[in-house]
Amino acid sequence: MNWDVILPLAIFLILVFLVGIYTSRHIKSGPSFLQDYFLAGRELGGFVLAMTMVATYGSASSFIGGPGAAYQLGLGWVLLAMAQLVTGYFTLAVLGKKFAIVARKINAVTLIDFLKARYESKWVVILSALSIVVFLFSAMAAQWVGGGRLIESFTGVSYTTALFIFSASVLVYVIAGGFRAVVITDAIQGVVMVIGTVIILAGTIIAGGGIENIMSELRAENPNLITPYGSDQSLTPLYVSSFWILVGVGVVGLPQISVRAMSYRNAKAMHRAMIIGTFVVGFIMLGMHLAGVFGRVVLPGIEVPDKVMPLLALEVLPGWLAGIVLAAPLAAVMSTVDSVLLLVSSAIIKDVYINYIKPDAEEQFVKKLSFGITAVVGLSVFAMAINPPDLLIWLNLFAFGGLEAAFIWPIVLGLYWKRGNANGAIASLIIGVGSYMFLHLNYPNLWGMHTVVLPILLSLIAYIVGSFTKGDRPHTNTF
Amino acid sequence: MKKGTDWRYRVSNREAIMGTVLAILNFIWWYAFAYGLGGRPIKEYTYIFGFPAWFFYSCIMGFVVFTILVWIMVKFFFKEVPFELDETSDKEEGDAQ
Repeated sequence: MNWDVILPLAIFLILVFLVGIYTSRHIKSGPSFLQDYFLAGRELGGFVLAMTMVATYGSASSFIGGPGAAYQLGLGWVLLAMAQLVTGYFTLAVLGKKFAIVARKINAVTLIDFLKARYESKWVVILSALSIVVFLFSAMAAQWVGGGRLIESFTGVSYTTALFIFSASVLVYVIAGGFRAVVITDAIQGVVMVIGTVIILAGTIIAGGGIENIMSELRAENPNLITPYGSDQSLTPLYVSSFWILVGVGVVGLPQISVRAMSYRNAKAMHRAMIIGTFVVGFIMLGMHLAGVFGRVVLPGIEVPDKVMPLLALEVLPGWLAGIVLAAPLAAVMSTVDSVLLLVSSAIIKDVYINYIKPDAEEQFVKKLSFGITAVVGLSVFAMAINPPDLLIWLNLFAFGGLEAAFIWPIVLGLYWKRGNANGAIASLIIGVGSYMFLHLNYPNLWGMHTVVLPILLSLIAYIVGSFTKGDRPHTNTF
Repeated sequence: MKKGTDWRYRVSNREAIMGTVLAILNFIWWYAFAYGLGGRPIKEYTYIFGFPAWFFYSCIMGFVVFTILVWIMVKFFFKEVPFELDETSDKEEGDAQ
């Protein structure tokens, strides 16, 4: 066990834990409790908003899987990763001020509150809540497993112990502090992600003898590594471009991202967040994936892509710096699961319980319930992650693309197209999720594009066709 | 039902279109440099700061240029509107913050 490496990791975990706990003291009681617990009272400033959007979006794949693929495929994979630059500004620009204003008018705390008010349909609410709970729960469990595995591989403790350390550090602050603790810790985690990127990129360039030297060695090994087509020429322009939908503009449809677009304080915060967010997401994606490509020269012959980053950090950096770099993927995983955990619990409490089971529940009880449900969801994810059932792993396959295809049109067209109605939204939700699952299982990457492209088109058609059937437009001009 | 739409929505609609246009420009920049320059035979590649030119322009300059364009868009074309105002008041209302 390498204490040089473990110490910075431990300090990071303890810091996040303490800050999360400290933030939870601000939770208000009384009528604003739900808004406070699930949305931090809509008070996010520009920096925190940018960081929480980037950190929630960035997951283990930005730091482990992605750089591993770049190691194998070369600059073509960095090109693909740069499709994510657009997430830095697109979500906020498109949902824009309108989403934030509407959310205030109808007092929405969750994404489903918005959909409920917009479409006035029980089925829209039930289908949305169901897909959020089912898909995000499984996505969260998968990330949870990833968090445990990271700690296991860095420290050498057993997987169960690692999982316990991970769960303990995340669960306590999410349960106690709600959204505010989540976004403040996200900001710290985002900073760690940026610092980690700087360190590993610089270390790898130095170890490789400069960029020119690295490029000529890559070229000598396999010239395709420095083309946009990938080392095995598998990356066609169409396939790479289709990632602009999956990890670019389609991200608008991810509930854990769009809910953040109703949480900021004012227009100024949104403006700043777009600038900071674009810079940070571009920097992390460019830096980490380049480090993966450069690593091929420094440390050739790694067979398992997921091991590239950890091995590279340990090779080119002194132990304590490697510890900081390895805190970055951990930060990425934590900042994703804490947000998703809170979102799943808000769907259960606000969207199902308060909407349909007990609309007149007392404040004090709602408060206890919020802590309770968040704890129960968190603990069941922990339990599932110890030995993940096959069903969960299976469902996780559809989480990202399925949610995008389901929600992108009901949200975006719900905001900007007056004619859109409940029939359209229901059709869009069902066709989006259904066609994604069907295509992913039967015809993955049909016609050379990522699977997500067709379901997003089909759900658009479903939304439009559905909206032309008989149905009510919104009765108010709130929208 | 009240008449007219919230004036702030017009601002938001315009900004949503600007954001979409910027994303399309971003895609064109990214694609044109990557496959325009990168599609040539490797022997003809030129290099800037050690990077193949296609990569330098598409990914590195693309990142820099579009971060600056986002800054310009937000600074000069996006309008600050109050998020909370009295439903009946008009645009003379100050920042509700």
